[in-house]
Amino acid sequence: VGKSTVDDDVLDELEEILITSDVGVDTTLKVIRRIEERVARDKYMGTDELDVILREEVAGLLAENQTEQLSDFEIPGGVKKPYVILVVGVNGVGKTTTIGKLSAQFKNKGYKVLLGAADTFRAAAVDQIKLWGERTGVPVVAHGMNTDPSAVAFDAAKKAAEEGYDIVMIDTAGRLHNKVNLMNELTKIKRVIQKFIPEAPHDVMLVLDGSTGQNAVMQAREFTKATQVSSLAITKLDGTAKGGVVIGISDEFKIPVRYIGVGEQIEDLQIFNKDEFVDSLFKK
Amino acid sequence: MFDNLSTKLDKAFKNLKGQGSITEINVATTVKEIRRALIDADVNFKVAKEVTDEIKNKSLGQDILISVSPGQMLVKITQDELTSLMGGTQENIVLEGNPAVILIAGLQGSGKTTFTGKLASRLKKEGKSVMLAACDIYRPAAIDQLKVLGEQVGVEVYAEPENKNAVEIAQKAIAEAKAQNKKVVIVDTAGRLAVDEQMMNEIAAVKDAIQPSETLFVVDSMTGQDAVNTAKTFNDRLDFDGVVLTKLDGDTRGGAAISIRKVVEKPIKFISYGEKMDALDVFYPERMAQRVLGM
Ligand SMILES: Nc1nc2c(ncn2[C@@H]2O[C@H](COP(=O)(O)OP(=O)(O)OP(=O)(O)O)[C@@H](O)[C@H]2O)c(=O)[nH]1
Ligand SMILES: Nc1nc2c(ncn2[C@@H]2O[C@H](COP(=O)(O)OP(=O)(O)OP(=O)(O)O)[C@@H](O)[C@H]2O)c(=O)[nH]1
Ligand SMILES: [K+]
Ligand SMILES: [Mg+2]
Ligand SMILES: [Mg+2]
Repeated sequence: VGKSTVDDDVLDELEEILITSDVGVDTTLKVIRRIEERVARDKYMGTDELDVILREEVAGLLAENQTEQLSDFEIPGGVKKPYVILVVGVNGVGKTTTIGKLSAQFKNKGYKVLLGAADTFRAAAVDQIKLWGERTGVPVVAHGMNTDPSAVAFDAAKKAAEEGYDIVMIDTAGRLHNKVNLMNELTKIKRVIQKFIPEAPHDVMLVLDGSTGQNAVMQAREFTKATQVSSLAITKLDGTAKGGVVIGISDEFKIPVRYIGVGEQIEDLQIFNKDEFVDSLFKK
Repeated sequence: MFDNLSTKLDKAFKNLKGQGSITEINVATTVKEIRRALIDADVNFKVAKEVTDEIKNKSLGQDILISVSPGQMLVKITQDELTSLMGGTQENIVLEGNPAVILIAGLQGSGKTTFTGKLASRLKKEGKSVMLAACDIYRPAAIDQLKVLGEQVGVEVYAEPENKNAVEIAQKAIAEAKAQNKKVVIVDTAGRLAVDEQMMNEIAAVKDAIQPSETLFVVDSMTGQDAVNTAKTFNDRLDFDGVVLTKLDGDTRGGAAISIRKVVEKPIKFISYGEKMDALDVFYPERMAQRVLGM
């Protein structure tokens, strides 16, 4: 954006930046329309000002955390323990890895953490989460492969309640959101946990792959229908993909982004920072 | 979306009454609608621009037929353009050497290991003896995962859990396959990002050492705008022979297929459409073009 006044070239360039960040046509046009309106009011706006306004407009679409703004790897205060996080998403987005990384962060904060290996379907999924548990020193409730995932989730919740755990995170098998049976299975897992802890899960975290394009919108829609998603984690932002689709998702479904994944190691998880995220869209 | 697009195009042509053919002026809005539809389908921004410019050139001067609406006509031109762009004919993988070696590469979680199992199963059904090489030494339980799949499809997996050298494991797997008189070795590798120099060096070194007759780049069909960057870098480093498009059992439009084809000019050879070991098929350009357009 190297011009002194806001003209069509500047707006075209803006459009390209947003579209190539996977922001999507609708959300991009929405942002541009709002910029145009503001420019029309103040005809002589310079590009410096445009930069500020643009960042404001984009950041404005990212939903705020409904509960309280968590500035660290914490769970909201005043919740009866254990705090249950159900982790869902399509295949291969990084659910298990995110759980592994999160368990280390929560543990560092002094929480007593338990994991539930409710992906009993994908080859060696139980081994994978067990290895993460070993890495981070967090116990894993597992019944083995090809067992009932609801039973695993139930047992994990039960153990957590009985043994005074603070947080329990349930890993689930990757599933495409257009597969009705698999989505129903998720609803069932949720119901089974509620039999034991009525207010659980306290958080249903949808994990999105940062390199996914517009299909992520459908993912958000369908997973929300099945499980009332309450937070998002965006993974694989250590690459060149920008993850811009989350802006439209956050705006449409009012779900806050909580974490971003920036690598495969334990420490590669960060609290989502709106301003840094918006900045990264405009970084060359 | 097809109806949607064709209706939109008709609307864009509304002022056309009385004009007998497609001209520079009357096609402009239409082309914009097509471009938008392509971008909505995750075709890369620049690629969408190039493709719609070609569509525009092809449509200019064409007579508007009475029997079809101009919108439908433009959709047909678009569909043909996309189909030919993705390669008119089916291309097979090349199996040469004793054993023939197939190298699998791609981003994290794209579906490489699953595809490795599927391809093994397919080749086995064709009567070929296959061995799998477990060269992902990083991801927790990656070797176990491949072993489970190998067992499912009845194909042996060569692994060295203690060895941290992917090149060496691949070489030894090939030597072992040769000793056992196996015809094909499929080498599963760790997922990696194109910007990860060290990991890109590793896969380049693996390729160098084992000289595969077929290198396949596995890509998630839900990938967005970044598909071009990734495909370009992998192709620069590996000069791969073909692309595998995965997770097509979802409802993604799969525009990445077009972006990749356009940018690296390598054929898409297989599609993967499920987690089961038989959910594998060859690629049909026409079906993909229709999918991208939502037909
Ligand atoms: N570069 C990078 N890779 C990641 C990140 N998060 C996860 N991965 C990798 O992505 C791949 C898939 O991660 P998983 O955690 O197995 O994904 P999942 O969603 O549990 O997959 P399924 O259970 O098979 O659906 C692995 O190779 C991870 O190491 C990230 O933030 N950056
Ligand atoms: N629905 C569906 N899922 C698939 C398909 N291909 C792979 N998967 C799933 O996607 C997830 C990731 O697949 P993997 O084969 O582990 O991917 P990968 O590329 O080997 O992953 P890394 O080794 O971590 O880089 C798993 O849950 C697979 O079951 C497909 O065509 N359709
Ligand atoms: K990035
Ligand atoms: Mg998993
Ligand atoms: Mg793998």
